[in-house]
Amino acid sequence: MGRKLLLEHINVPGINTFDVYRSKGGYASVEKALKTMSPEAIVEEVKKSGLRGRGGAGFPTGMKWSFLAKPEGVARYLVCNGDESEPGTFKDRYLMTYIPHLLIEGMIVSSFALGASTSYIYLRGEMMPQVRILERAIAEAKAKGFLGKNILGTGYDLELYVQPGGGAYICGEETALLESLEGKRGNPRIKPPFPAIAGLYGCPTVVNNVESIAAVVPIINEGGDEYAKIGIGRSTGTKLISAGGNLKKPGVYEIELGVPVEEFIYSDEYCGGIANGKRLKAVVAGGSSVPILPANLILKTINNEARLMSYESLSDGGFVSGTMLGSGGFIAYDEDACIVRNTWNFARFYHHESCGQCSPCREGTGWMEKVLHRLEYGHGKMSDMDLLVDVSKKIEGNTICPLGDAAAWPVASAIRHFRDEFEWHVTNASEATSRNYGIAHYADPLKVVETA
Amino acid sequence: MLRVDEAQEPVEFSPALISKFDEIVSRYPQGKQKSGLLPILHLVQAEFGWVSAPAMDKVAEYLSILPIEVYEVATFYTMYFLRPQGKYVLEVCRTSGCCLVGAEKIMDHIEETLGVKEGEVTPDGLFSWRGVECLAACGFGPVLQIGPEYTFYENLTNESVDKLISDLKAKAKN
Repeated sequence: MGRKLLLEHINVPGINTFDVYRSKGGYASVEKALKTMSPEAIVEEVKKSGLRGRGGAGFPTGMKWSFLAKPEGVARYLVCNGDESEPGTFKDRYLMTYIPHLLIEGMIVSSFALGASTSYIYLRGEMMPQVRILERAIAEAKAKGFLGKNILGTGYDLELYVQPGGGAYICGEETALLESLEGKRGNPRIKPPFPAIAGLYGCPTVVNNVESIAAVVPIINEGGDEYAKIGIGRSTGTKLISAGGNLKKPGVYEIELGVPVEEFIYSDEYCGGIANGKRLKAVVAGGSSVPILPANLILKTINNEARLMSYESLSDGGFVSGTMLGSGGFIAYDEDACIVRNTWNFARFYHHESCGQCSPCREGTGWMEKVLHRLEYGHGKMSDMDLLVDVSKKIEGNTICPLGDAAAWPVASAIRHFRDEFEWHVTNASEATSRNYGIAHYADPLKVVETA
Repeated sequence: MLRVDEAQEPVEFSPALISKFDEIVSRYPQGKQKSGLLPILHLVQAEFGWVSAPAMDKVAEYLSILPIEVYEVATFYTMYFLRPQGKYVLEVCRTSGCCLVGAEKIMDHIEETLGVKEGEVTPDGLFSWRGVECLAACGFGPVLQIGPEYTFYENLTNESVDKLISDLKAKAKN
């Protein structure tokens, strides 16, 4: 049984209220940080912890904090990224719904460390219930003296606000998020300057994912070194994994980084295997943007080592035979899933969500959607697969923000690993609209127990 | 599609609504009131059911920004309705995770039950529906949400959708 740092008390009745949360040791990190630590010491602890951004990019949080410019007399901001729109990811919604005070506690400590006196939690507009939950929790914390003027008598002031977005995937990109928070269209900005120099209202700003900010709480409570002992190699600590798709027990799991993928999918402690006794066909391990892998490659690396749930192990083999941990949006596909249809679904998503600023992404995502649509509906050509790869290569790396890459990778990887299925959609067009290709040779390599 | 040249009913914001706007604007530094645009448009939509061009002009006036600054935002974000909708808009997630567990069948069922196509309003003005992209509830699919509270309905089946629709019809009568 792995350690739970974030979700330990998630099942305690009333943990969403201040009093119950406090009775379980909540807000201890605020007392410790504000009363006994300097902001620099907090940044140092977070650096020591090895915490990496939980939103998807995996950039070390402590390092991001240390880049923050600190000019005299200019306000600094901490903005929490709760846009969570990556298909497959729903951990932040879960955390904010059931244990909102954990995020608020993390926001107070992090804001203090960064010297911010006004901080914003930006949520996607669809999360109106979570906006209400967080606003209620903020009011409770304020009434108890943990927010507002002169917190706990230390002289530190902090105001915390929740801002809803308007329903746009692109606002999960940090500069688009800042534009949106300023009341504009969510068009990503050209970097540099990075938000650490010129972010919200042109002031130095740090943007962190909900889970990253929540993880600051155990780091301060137990110390960065203790946190770094959990996990494996440079993948330290615990990670929330949103498990969905054809799994027996979908849901949000907190794992110690380094759990084998096979154990995560099949053990009863986690997902409990594939639903309805089916076999595993493919997995998207870190949200829709990361390359999709067939069952054999997600369970074992190309060198036949067990693949682990960690940043390094999942990316072992690069994009040839590996993928990425990303945001931890784990989607499992069973033998009945159609990879062509799924790829079309993703392409439609990215076409819909492209902000339209950069031509390669605006046009390319549209063309990929069109071509995949015709493949799925039996009008494809053999040359379409090369065409798709060609379009994806022309988007990748040629856009201001990573949405272009995110749109290109799932298409390119699906064709790389499931080309036979795409070809079958061309050669057996009429059949392809009525039945699925099935599991084929990239099958689940695990032994099937023969039923009598 | 946004048409600002059409004749649309003028709107008035009630003092209660304006005071909510005031509270939102107080969250930002002096001179950065434009930051309140997205939350304010949500309030307008909750009040009137959609965001009309005259309402956007009023919002622009309130925030001391140009009308185009409001139009460009309202057309960029997918949650703002630029056309009148049914009283209840059923927004069903249609992205990968939910499709694996039957979201497309749920949408077919809704279309059949309500008798209107995606984006259309039922003759009694009560319902419209549409497919939306990932709602961050992939473990509990298929899901749908209904504004303006954005309440979630998870693990949908044809039966639970039928019940939801009849409950909403009963609620609308009272």
